[in-house]
Amino acid sequence: MHRARLGIRPGTWLSIAALLAAAAAASPAWADDPSAASGWGLLNLPVGVTSISRDVYSIHMMAFWICVIIGILVFGVMIWSIIFHRRSRGAVADVTLVHNTKVEIVWTTIPVLILIGMAIPAAHGIVLIGDDANSQLDIKVTGFQWGWQYTYPGKGVSFVSKLDEKSMAASELDSGISPYSVPHYLRNVDHPLVVPVGTKIRLLIGAVDVIHSWWVPDFGIKKDAIPGYINESWFEVDADKPGVYRGQCAELCGRGHAYMPIVVDAVSKADFQAWLKREAAAEKAAAAANASSS
Amino acid sequence: MAETPHTEVHAHAEHDHDHKPHGWRRWVFATNHKDIGTMYLIFSCIMFFTGGTFAMLIRAELFKPGLQIVDPGVFNSLTTMHGLVMIFGAIMPAWVGLANWMIPIQIGAPDMALPRLNNLSFWILPFAFALLLSSWLVPGSAPAGGWTMYPPLTLQFGASFPMLIFSIHLMGISSILGAINVVVTIMNLRAPGMTLLRMPLFVWTWLITAFLLVAVMPVLAGAVTMMLTDHFFGTSFFNAAGGGDPVMFQHIFWFFGHPEVYIMILPGFGVISEIIPAFSRKPLFGYEAMVYATASIAFLSFIVWAHHMFTVGLPTSALLFFMFATMLIAVPTGVKVFNWTATMWRGSLTFEPPMLFALAFLFLFTIGGFSGLMLAMVPADFQYQDTYFVVAHFHYVLVSGSAFAIMAGVYYWLPKWVGRMYDMRLGKWHFWLSAIFFNVLFFPQHFLGLAGMPRRIPDYAVQFADWNMVSSIGGFAFGLSQLLFPYLIWKCVRSGKPVEGTKAWEGARGLEWELPSPAPYHSWTTPPTEAMIARGAAH
Repeated sequence: MHRARLGIRPGTWLSIAALLAAAAAASPAWADDPSAASGWGLLNLPVGVTSISRDVYSIHMMAFWICVIIGILVFGVMIWSIIFHRRSRGAVADVTLVHNTKVEIVWTTIPVLILIGMAIPAAHGIVLIGDDANSQLDIKVTGFQWGWQYTYPGKGVSFVSKLDEKSMAASELDSGISPYSVPHYLRNVDHPLVVPVGTKIRLLIGAVDVIHSWWVPDFGIKKDAIPGYINESWFEVDADKPGVYRGQCAELCGRGHAYMPIVVDAVSKADFQAWLKREAAAEKAAAAANASSS
Repeated sequence: MAETPHTEVHAHAEHDHDHKPHGWRRWVFATNHKDIGTMYLIFSCIMFFTGGTFAMLIRAELFKPGLQIVDPGVFNSLTTMHGLVMIFGAIMPAWVGLANWMIPIQIGAPDMALPRLNNLSFWILPFAFALLLSSWLVPGSAPAGGWTMYPPLTLQFGASFPMLIFSIHLMGISSILGAINVVVTIMNLRAPGMTLLRMPLFVWTWLITAFLLVAVMPVLAGAVTMMLTDHFFGTSFFNAAGGGDPVMFQHIFWFFGHPEVYIMILPGFGVISEIIPAFSRKPLFGYEAMVYATASIAFLSFIVWAHHMFTVGLPTSALLFFMFATMLIAVPTGVKVFNWTATMWRGSLTFEPPMLFALAFLFLFTIGGFSGLMLAMVPADFQYQDTYFVVAHFHYVLVSGSAFAIMAGVYYWLPKWVGRMYDMRLGKWHFWLSAIFFNVLFFPQHFLGLAGMPRRIPDYAVQFADWNMVSSIGGFAFGLSQLLFPYLIWKCVRSGKPVEGTKAWEGARGLEWELPSPAPYHSWTTPPTEAMIARGAAH
């Protein structure tokens, strides 16, 4: 697989390697407590917990390293000229150096070859991400101003997921409440999406009012929620990586755009079945209570 | 503007009678390309600081988590208006201003081909922006759906909505008229002997830009008009409930929008292609390759639009096509960067402000090109899309690309315009402050985007606080540094040291440097001689 491309080890470029090491160290990011993770170390994409997110990460790093290498070569030549071909060092311009067809052909062809090398893994990635066949669980995701509705078709479970009240209160203009005092400020909801790990889950994404975008960086997927459309996307959380994963709406959707987070609680298959049963019963009871009261 | 003694060598200088109208009539009824160019540049400068003020407010709100300064709705208006004002009010008019000043001079023409049209295309702009900016005062405040104006969100806004649409119409008309004028001038008014492949690169890039403008501004006008009828006349072009398609707007918008980004950068390529040879004291390397690369980029710009919308749910075949086409743009862009580098190679470099800004362009635009290449990779783009990584990318290509190229051009040609040299020390201060704080401002935004911060949000999770604070500090310092620029120009016009002879820069070539400084009010009333053209076009 193209993941092997990550094997580039430019040992001499210490500063860049150090930067990347810091980035890699910080990658798991906000899966846990964000107040523990200082923002300074957050420099790179998360590797994430799905096959898609790892593939995306490897494509991202491949592109990054190719750019770094080209950058070192091109900037190196520029800096060489700036240092050694300056008039104050007595450089005299070589005015005969105006054209060279061979050189033009070379620096057109080499980039084409590099691009082909980059396009192949990227095309693989597109096919992988697009393959949502054989999913084991469907979930309908509907964006609205401002929150998400999650429906488990045929399971009798459907609920709305909105920004939690503590974040809401602290996010008011001049609220006087420090965002640092709120756990997972703006990244917490009243009712998270619950999914089983080790299960291929297909999302059917739509919207009722304006365009939104469903994005969880640790899953490596982002898909717009568009009125009139049902977009499909899928993910499968690694069986050994249960946990809480956070993201938020990524498409400008009005004044509440910053306030529609996405929280996914990935649990074991057994816990998921238990949760599904509890949730369905609770929703049924709530519906019955509603009907009798009205 | 002060008059300097005419130089004997230039016969045409005798024709410099300066029959210019005085007072307000000179400007309101202006038909002289230099006056109109000056008005465009002053207008652009005012809009640059207006859009910059919005940016300062955005960075102030983002200085720390929590909402301190503006309501989220106002924040969205600020990002929307910042984008519209900078793109349509600052960058594009600055290029038209430079085109007005320089194209007739560089091709040996006495003026633009259509002077009254020229007057109209400028004077539409103040009305367009008065309309747009006054939308802050109407109920519901200014448009807040992003400069990309996606429906259905943009359809939700009240009184500001028709103001937005009509101001876009006006800006579009202004751009189309300006572009027609550029095409007609270059095609018809070149001096005898000024063949197409002897034209300076700035003229070439503007010719191609003008074709792009004529091709895509009507497309934008069509898209916003459809939105207007959706809002007021019951059509459903973009309304899913009525059988329309919100994604269709994005396709139409970006069919305009992608060529638009090249409209903003191609003249910059031209300016850089003038400045780097001048301060390397060497002709431009690969002149013809540069022309062909520019034309290739312009062609490719029409077949890559959907890379702005990879997440809308395109079929796999479309994702593949738009990814490959987008990656291809790296080839001609690379050719340009390599040719500029080869121009400096074995030159005799000096580092006056125009060259400093050109070098900043070369380095920082290339970084923007790298992040652009990364963004072209569809799987990775699913993570980058609509995050601060994109914000960092387009500010590297638009601020250190277009805006720095405009500043480089002004620093290069200002002595020719006013016949005086500016304060070189102050120019270098402006450069260093801009270059350093630009990076403090925008480089951390790459980190923020990769770490998961979406764009266009007024408030964020606390793990993004550190780099946002750095970015804001860079933003304030960058913004304040820009005040040096109009001050330097004002000082130069008032009391700069007069420029001796025709050349302000030792290595400068081209017909503009065959004219006295300042360039006479009516220049090239007698066409330049073959010898002058040959001297300028030595490549």
